[in-house]
Amino acid sequence: MAKLTEIRWHGRGGQGAKTAALLFGDAVLGQGKYMQAFPEYGPERMGAPVQSYNRISDEPINLHCSVTEPQVVVVLDPTLIGTVDVIQGLPTDGTIIINTDRPASKFKEMLGLNTQKVYTVDASKIAKETIGRDIPNTPMMGALVKATGLLDFEDMLKETKVKLTKKFRNKPEVIDGNIKAIRRAYEELKAD
Amino acid sequence: MATKERIALTGNEATAMAMKQINPDVCAAYPITPATEIMQIFATYVADGLVNTELVTVESEHSAMSATIGACCAGARSMTATSSQGLAYMFEMLYIAAGLRLPIVMPMVNRALSAPINIHCDHGDSMGTRDAGWIQINAENVQESYDNLIMAMRIAEHPEVQLPAMVTFDGFIISHAMEPVDVISDAEVQEFIGEYKPRFSLLDIDNPITVGAIDFNDYYFEHRRAIAEPMINGVLKVAEEVSDEFAKKFGRKYGIFQEYRMDDAEVAIVVLGSAAGTAKYVIDELRQKGIKAGMIKIRLFRPFPYKQLAEALKDVKAVAVLDRSDALAGMGGPVFGEVRSALYDLPVRPITTNYVYGLGGRDITLDHIRGVYGDLLSIANEDKVPANLVTYLGVRE
Repeated sequence: MAKLTEIRWHGRGGQGAKTAALLFGDAVLGQGKYMQAFPEYGPERMGAPVQSYNRISDEPINLHCSVTEPQVVVVLDPTLIGTVDVIQGLPTDGTIIINTDRPASKFKEMLGLNTQKVYTVDASKIAKETIGRDIPNTPMMGALVKATGLLDFEDMLKETKVKLTKKFRNKPEVIDGNIKAIRRAYEELKAD
Repeated sequence: MATKERIALTGNEATAMAMKQINPDVCAAYPITPATEIMQIFATYVADGLVNTELVTVESEHSAMSATIGACCAGARSMTATSSQGLAYMFEMLYIAAGLRLPIVMPMVNRALSAPINIHCDHGDSMGTRDAGWIQINAENVQESYDNLIMAMRIAEHPEVQLPAMVTFDGFIISHAMEPVDVISDAEVQEFIGEYKPRFSLLDIDNPITVGAIDFNDYYFEHRRAIAEPMINGVLKVAEEVSDEFAKKFGRKYGIFQEYRMDDAEVAIVVLGSAAGTAKYVIDELRQKGIKAGMIKIRLFRPFPYKQLAEALKDVKAVAVLDRSDALAGMGGPVFGEVRSALYDLPVRPITTNYVYGLGGRDITLDHIRGVYGDLLSIANEDKVPANLVTYLGVRE
């Protein structure tokens, strides 16, 4: 069976965890791979912990169960750590990418991670400087691609620009801001 | 070969897109929770002038179906979409749509009925309307939801059918999940579904008709018997023909049910909806270990393909029927009742067992399905009827 990569996004309502999974899924499809992107729905309120998911494969994906053992976890909001079990099901060779201004070693210790790869990037700062608001979802896509090598970065950027252009055709500054944010997060990602 | 474009869409988006391509004359809608965003997306197409549809916003789901019925009686190609409580609220009008032989096509997102309040996937809503005289077609994934809606137009409007059709897919798991979809061009959809030529129309003043007349013990029975006729003979044949034509044009073949690795299968699951995809993964695993496991994915639940299903299952030793709703009849789910009945006339019957799973969106995992096949293998090997005819899978007892 073809290799399947599963990703779980953690965020808070309003941070764009769902949008990130959908945008990333679109970029995956743009590179000729198969994918799924879906949010986990609960009571919808701003600030409440939310999850969304991606599945990626070179072959069609039939699975329709939940993602329980993701190889990659992306955390949009570091204050979730301690409240939500962000490493649930993360395998020993898994990868976690956190939006934070603190060093990865802090989280390694806090989460008790020994073998997993921990990456950090200050996506909130990048978002504020490029988009003008603390919406860390799109920069974390850049961080995800850098950390995992799942997609070709330049192609992903091109694909995402097309999608954002469709969505924000009357707000070109939003498109440019997001593209800059993705590139900066890609460049500024730090390994543990 | 048809033009091909692969795009990422959720089940709701793909359905709204198919509706745009169908371009019905009239849509009536009451888009409020637990209705999905299908009608909301479709309304943007209406606002942007991308369809010629007359969108009628009404004050309830009961009215949505009533308005759709009225439009269809007037000779318009008419659609609406619903889910869960909305379908329940339409219940009265569903029977009228079928009784008047109106080929209304309606996307229906499977979500749980109250109480308790729940918005997640469950087949209890459409199963509750299974005897209303509607054709019911189920989908495994986003692609199939899209394709089914287009095929349903042809089936419902076929002169030998003339019945309403409900095109169902799983709430959230499909409706809100984004997957790759090979979409057909607008022109090809239009060419495939053809022009709608109603047999009767209230607006045809040269041939006046009466709709909704009183019909007591003199003719009611004959009219109801007439509705049964296509369900007995016409729909399955037409559905096969439409599916064949669709496959020839667009390369995706569906049939009335899908047989997955059934050729030499000794144990099999019968299931409908998105769980069929998860089951395929488990079957591929089992096959690699040399275990002869297979699956039948029901696509048409109404009418139910009794004869064809019995033929497909006749050489299997043990069959597990998976139901995402409980008939609360004291003997498992509605799919189980039909499958067991279908197998009764076989000279040698497989042993059957039922699993009720996934109510209210409870996840059905790979381990659940592995467990079902494990049970089936013990039943088949010991040739013994299971102690529990019905198992509630993944529930806290």
